This record gives sequence, structure tokens and C-alpha cells, in this order.
Amino acid sequence: MNQQLKTVSAEARLAQPDLAEKLAKAARFIRCHSVASIYHAGSGHPGGALSSADLFACLYGAEMNVWPTAVDEPTRDRFVLSKGHAAPALYAAGAYYGFCDRKASLQLRKLNSPFQGHPHVLDLPWVETSTGSLGQGFSVAVGMAIGLRLQKIPARVYTMLGDGELQEGEVWEAAMSAAHHKLDNLCALIDYNKLQSDNHNDAIMRLEPLAAKWQAFGWSVTEIDGHDIPQILEALRQAGATREKPSVIIAHTIKGKGVPYMENIPAWHGSVKLTPAQSEEALTVLGASTDEIRNFMNV
Amino acid sequence: MSSPALIANSDSLREAFGKTLSALADEFPKLVVLDADIAGGTGVHHFRKSHPERMIQFGIAEQNMMAAAGGMAAVGLIPVVTTFAVFCLRAVEQARLSLGYARRNAKIVASHPGLDVGPDGGSAQALEDLAAFRAIPGMIVISPADPTEMALATRAILEYDGPVYMRTGRSPSARLFGDDHKFEIGKGQILRQGHDVTIVACGVEVARALNAADMLAEDGIFARVVNMPTIKPIDARLLSACAVETGALVTAEDHNIHGGLGSAVAEALAQTTPCPVEFVGVKDTFGASGEPEELAQHFGISAPFIADAARRVIARKKK
Repeated sequence: MNQQLKTVSAEARLAQPDLAEKLAKAARFIRCHSVASIYHAGSGHPGGALSSADLFACLYGAEMNVWPTAVDEPTRDRFVLSKGHAAPALYAAGAYYGFCDRKASLQLRKLNSPFQGHPHVLDLPWVETSTGSLGQGFSVAVGMAIGLRLQKIPARVYTMLGDGELQEGEVWEAAMSAAHHKLDNLCALIDYNKLQSDNHNDAIMRLEPLAAKWQAFGWSVTEIDGHDIPQILEALRQAGATREKPSVIIAHTIKGKGVPYMENIPAWHGSVKLTPAQSEEALTVLGASTDEIRNFMNV
Repeated sequence: MSSPALIANSDSLREAFGKTLSALADEFPKLVVLDADIAGGTGVHHFRKSHPERMIQFGIAEQNMMAAAGGMAAVGLIPVVTTFAVFCLRAVEQARLSLGYARRNAKIVASHPGLDVGPDGGSAQALEDLAAFRAIPGMIVISPADPTEMALATRAILEYDGPVYMRTGRSPSARLFGDDHKFEIGKGQILRQGHDVTIVACGVEVARALNAADMLAEDGIFARVVNMPTIKPIDARLLSACAVETGALVTAEDHNIHGGLGSAVAEALAQTTPCPVEFVGVKDTFGASGEPEELAQHFGISAPFIADAARRVIARKKK
């Protein structure tokens, strides 16, 4: 189905000599677009969107076999944003790679906009499922991986979890089931930015030793710098080569990455209202040009 | 056909469900069954025996199982989540977001609903499930009354494209219907004609409603009995006709009187043809250990209580 509409394969994308620069550019766009959409919305979670931008760029720009022209292709890879509050980054990645319109996707969190505060599959089929209640997206991804394997469809399933999300019991139910069923077509990425809604993870509910937990649950574990694009690509490649086990990439990230006044400050996790001055400052430090800033700010 | 012939006379609704699912598996190749370590209790051990490769084990982890069903439906399968009704309550939020909100073609089939659970007692007797699942937008809610109807309903939910919650039952079931019985989602049916009052029932209460009608007939009261296997969407047209023709209704369910069949009936009638209604169900309390028939008597949902409710509601009619 829609075979003729597909563009390049992940393999071809990964072979590009200037891939890392291209993905860095995509990540910059994702950060700028996230800040802008949250500014226009008057609310939203910037911290986790900024920390996960490099992961999104690597998934949509290189790793995954997904095509904006064939969003119902049965053999496509699936991505589930289990940390649904990072929706602005997902929409930004979708906008950059052609899954949705760049201007329209700035209409975040508004009545009659398909870009709801958390992803909804009936509004945007390419987001694959509806999330926003922590833990559930991970289980949905497990179900997809089981279902694809049962039907002998060679697609892979990727899901991104937040660190605070790991406090949900359902996450560990899902982790146990994925290992039990040997879902080597499943890769979980943890945006480990160390902060959650109210405070540092350590102050709310300690997660460490995190890698040891996943290993004990039977997963193949890689720990990386979640802002280092070659490291992200290599971890994804390793996950794809792992057999008989699901893979988890623990990506150490910085909450609010790229916007100094937000970095590592818990207050920028939650739903915040950005002023025009804050937004323009953020876009400037993220490297947007004057023209780009005007386009982001005036819609 | 849904093979009612497979079903033994002494079968419970869960047995009828499990046997039917197994019989329909070849016709519905996308059907997969999800289990949380109680296949023997939910009746799907029949399916496990006939189609082991399509039986997915989730262990005692219902939240993950419920949401994972959403993922399986997303990739084109028809997942049937099976566990006890009380554990479905544990995963209501997963059913809401990952099945209801995403509008997945997934089925939740709950055994052990209501006081019918018996000796396991109050913690195990789900008396809130119809209310909880009825409140999820787009969720179909079904509670068949006998093994034949269970078999027909099992086929119907597999043919229907969308999320469904269906109760089975633990205890040996009364046989109410013959091979000519019909089941259609959203349709009730008159089992017995009468003009003084209508008794609307679902699940195990249908047999009790028929008994109550016999009791009332001895006193010269002619009760109409309506089987209402679909609680949502409720058959408002039939209810309205019954309200006009008999002037009073009694609802009967093995569920809390709040939020289940009685509430659905009252909501429908209030908007069309208001008339006196009495509610037979568990009166906003938890269950207890005991045999199902003892419990029905103790908590006031047995046939004599339905008959009493009918007499009360008739007395409330405007002369």
C-alpha cells in the first residue's frame, strides 16, 4: 500500500555524510517551534520538549521508517509518545519532517485545533495513539510490538518515556511483559532530565539505580548523552541489532536544554505562560534568525 | 452461526463465552485473547486450548493488559481483554484513554460480575462496573442473560467496530432462550407480555424477573418482562413504548442501583415518557460472602423483591 509514495528509507537517510548536521538543524527547529507553540498557546510544558528535541530529530530524521505520504502504511515503524506532555516537541518534529503543517501546528492547545495539549490519534493519525496519562503509552507500544510480531510485520516500535513517568506502576508491568515476550522489535527511550513537575526526581521519588532496574527487568540497556546525536544514533542502531530482548536507551538530558534561563529549573517543567520577551529571548539563544523569529512569533 | 449447540445445559455465561470465542476464532483471524492469569476463571481456557498462538499472557497486571490491547488494535488485531469485572475496574482509566478516547476496536469481557461471584465476598463482587464503563464516551456496555444470548452477543461484539465492555457470569446460568433467539446491540426484547407494569432486567436478573412475573400473575397482576442486554446504548424506543403501555417500570440488575441499568432506563424515560420507576439492585453498599441465591435474598435482588417493587410502582401510578 502506498509503496510509491514512500520517500527514502531509514537506511538511506543514515548513510548521508552530513546527517549529524542535518539532525542538529532539525533539533534546533524542534526547540524553536516548541517554544513558539507554547508561547502562542499561553500554556504548555517547555522543559521536557526542549530536553527531548535531539531524540525526536534522530528518530524522525534518521532512525524510523515513517513517511508523511504513507501514514497508514502497515509496515511503517511506530512511535508512541508515552510522555504525552512533550506533545509540542512531537508536533514540531512532525512539522519539520512534513507530517503536519508548520503554521497550523503552532495552534497548540486551542479549541478546534488538532494539536491538543496531549497527542490524540483521532485528530492526528500520525501520532499513532492518544497519550497523556503517564505509563499508558508504554503499554500501548508493548501491545503494538506484540501485534506486529504476531502478524509477521517487520516494523519496529519506539516509545519515549519521561523520568517522572517511571514512578507509575504500569511502567514496570509493561517492562516486565516486554521482556517476558522477548520484544526485540521494541525500543524505549527515557528522556532522563532529572526533573519532574514539582521538583528533582530525587526529591519526589528516587529512580536510581535506574540502569540496574531495567537490566533486572530483562532489558538491554544503553546509557547515553541524550544531546549527542552520534551517540543517539549509535544507541538506536544497537537496539535494532539486539535480539530476544527489548532495548531501553537511558538518555541523560538537560531539562530546558538550549534556553539558559530554563535549564535545570523545575518551574519550567509545568504548564507555563511565556511572555513575548521570554519567547523571543529563547528563540534568539536557540539560534533562530530575525526572519525566523518573526515567523514564529506572528501567526 | 455462533454455535449455541456447543453449549451445555449447565454452562455458566463465562463457559458459553469461552466456547463461543474458540468456535469463532477461524472466522475472525484477527481475534486475539488477552489473559491476566485467570483463563480458567474467565472461560478462555477453551480458546487457549484451541488457539494457543493467539492467547497473550499478561500476568497479574491488568492496567498494562488493558492499554496494550489498544496497541494491538492499533496494528489491526481485534483484542479481547479478559479478566474479572472487579479487575476491569482497576484499569478503567486505561480503558478510557487507550481504548475509548482512541476509539479502538477492542473488547473487554468481564467475568465474575456482581453478587453472582458468591463466596469470594465483597472485595471481589464488582457492583460498579456498568456505571464506570457506561460513563466512557463511545463504550458499548452489554450484559447477556443466558448462554445462548452470550454466544450471540460474542459474535455481535466481534462484528462491531469499536470498544465494548461485556459482562459474563460465574454461576451456572438459567436457560431462557432457544436457538431462534436474536441478539442485536442496542435492542431489548419483550419476553413476556403484560399491561400493569414492565420489569426491565439484564444479566442474571432476567430469570428472576420472569419468576417475579409468575408471582405477580398469581395475584392477578400482569407484568411485562423486558430483557435489556445492552445497557449502552439503551433501547429508548422500547422503554418509551413500555412506559406508555404499562405506565410504570421496575428495573432489576446485579449492580449498585446507582449508575447501571436503572440509571440508564431512568435517563431515557425522563427525556421522553416520564413514569414511576422502582430500582431493584444493590442499594449503594458492598457485597459479602455467601452463595449467589443467598446473597440475592440478603441484598434484595431476588424475585420476591422484584415482585414487591412492581406492586409499589403500580401503587404510584396516577389513576
